[in-house]
Amino acid sequence: MIRVYVSSVIDASADTVWSRIRDFNAMPQWHPGIADSRIENGDASDRVGCIRHFHTRDGGRIRERLLALSDYDYQCVYEILESPMGVDHYVATLKLTPVTDGARCFAEWSAEFECAEGRERELVETIGDGVFQGGFDALKRHFARR
Amino acid sequence: MLQRVVRSTVIDAPIERVWAVLRDFNSHHLWHDVVAESRIEGGERSDQVGCVRSFTLNDGHRIREQLLTLDDGEHRSTYCIVEATVALQRYVATVTLKPVTDGNRTFWHWESTFATPPGEERALAQMVARDVYEAGFANLRRYLARGGDLRDASGGRAMPASLPLPGRRAVVRRYGGPEVLEADDAEAPAPAAGEVRIRQRAVGVNYFDVYLRRGWIPALLPLPGVLGMEAAGSVVDVGPGVGGLLPGDRVAYLGAVPGAYCSVRNVPAAWVVRLPPEIDDDVAAATLLKGITADVVLRDLGRVGAGTRILVHAAAGGVGLLVCSWASRLGATVIGTVSSEEKARVARAYGCEHPIVTREHRFADTVQRQFDGADVVVDGIGDAARDENLAALARRGHWISLGQASGALRPIASDELVAKSITFSRPAVFDYVASHASLAERARRVWDALADGTLRAPPIERHALGAAAEAHARLESRRTTGALVLVA
Repeated sequence: MIRVYVSSVIDASADTVWSRIRDFNAMPQWHPGIADSRIENGDASDRVGCIRHFHTRDGGRIRERLLALSDYDYQCVYEILESPMGVDHYVATLKLTPVTDGARCFAEWSAEFECAEGRERELVETIGDGVFQGGFDALKRHFARR
Repeated sequence: MLQRVVRSTVIDAPIERVWAVLRDFNSHHLWHDVVAESRIEGGERSDQVGCVRSFTLNDGHRIREQLLTLDDGEHRSTYCIVEATVALQRYVATVTLKPVTDGNRTFWHWESTFATPPGEERALAQMVARDVYEAGFANLRRYLARGGDLRDASGGRAMPASLPLPGRRAVVRRYGGPEVLEADDAEAPAPAAGEVRIRQRAVGVNYFDVYLRRGWIPALLPLPGVLGMEAAGSVVDVGPGVGGLLPGDRVAYLGAVPGAYCSVRNVPAAWVVRLPPEIDDDVAAATLLKGITADVVLRDLGRVGAGTRILVHAAAGGVGLLVCSWASRLGATVIGTVSSEEKARVARAYGCEHPIVTREHRFADTVQRQFDGADVVVDGIGDAARDENLAALARRGHWISLGQASGALRPIASDELVAKSITFSRPAVFDYVASHASLAERARRVWDALADGTLRAPPIERHALGAAAEAHARLESRRTTGALVLVA
């Protein structure tokens, strides 16, 4: 099992950042790598079990299922059902934790998955630096401007 | 009803450094102003789960607390009050650290639940939140800024007794081919005096490791043994008497005793150099020994400068590319041998202007005809190139024998040298970095040369530590270009 872990500090309260990212269908609005997204079968985007169907800016088509959503813990867990990345049993967690001594929060994004031997490093870089850090960088830019 | 207090902050220090202080259940009187004095009862270790610390606060209150959980993997410690003169009841607290990966900082979460006598809820919750947790954040920041953790560690006082760290390694149980490398569990004990415990992220693979694996130098690798002379990573903690290195520092090391094919290792502080921020872990692991080898070859032995004709065997290998790129910047005429056109292309890109493609080690004619001989030969081939080397050398040429990939070099009779006043050297790089000052100076020269572009890092082929056998098989197949690194 390969594990990727990326964390950051974002200059806005956990409530504020959570309201931007909790919607499972809202990736295109905050993540620069995502082109479009829809929820399959007309489900609500915060119904645990719903499936988001989206495209990355480089044309990749990905389907992911929401496995857990907690407004109390500011946490969402999802798995990949279909993707061009060549990963198996991919489960990711995105979580915020308040930093009590200032209006900022600690953000963590991690994933565990399996892949073909030899591709570990490339995937860890693509997912960790590209997807996760890319998302955090966009959030940091967004909340720095306010 | 239970009170719950949560406070958190971000500390501008790597997690290893913050954790080295907080995991010690008997360090709080060193850094927290509210604690006057503290000791562990019954002479137990301060990281023994179940131990009890007995301490007094500056206002005279006395508290006894028991360590319930210590988790080095999750950087978490849980403890409870067993007896206190303050009215905190059923008090259980947890300290959790997490790395902020995009800035090498630390997120510190401190929370507790407790009951109080009626009417005292607010006052006691505020005392815990403000006087203990918030003040603790500020006090620890100040302690680290002053280097208090470093002083306490190196001031002759033993480091807090710490637990062995589990890890992985590649072990050799019998000498032989690449297949004798087996993945295995390992652990690194707390560092002894003069030692540094390093969490390794990249391990350099050298042809020397192959000789040891084959059993050519059994005295240096008793069985079972672990290969590897160099690695890069970060400091977990340091033993007594070690100055100048802090938990969390990015470092690389080079040592004359093998054992680097693992994920956590204790090494003498004298082997360790700090890494500048612009040098990545895998670049460091790929270039420390090989770059210092190039430095010894070019500066000390070959005295290579403008116009020197230098012949580099295995020019597309890890050492070969570094020697070529550095020699070419020094103005030398760089000639190389490689085993394929593809490798010739890579060598040329690294400053080897005149690659000679030969799988049979035939080059002397070309070198004599085109360049009138070589002033310096850098040889990792060994016996198969022996006679060709003698023939390729110019008058007063110097033959530097770095390795014997093709087999042990037959003895050279002194009369074979006198014909052209040839000199021969057979360096062991470790003799050139025997003191920490010489290691630091040579490493600095390599990092500077990499940083300013004088030296170009070779392409790096990465293998998982658990796949060390595949890495060796690749290295011996002669199919690799550049340097091999094991990722721990």
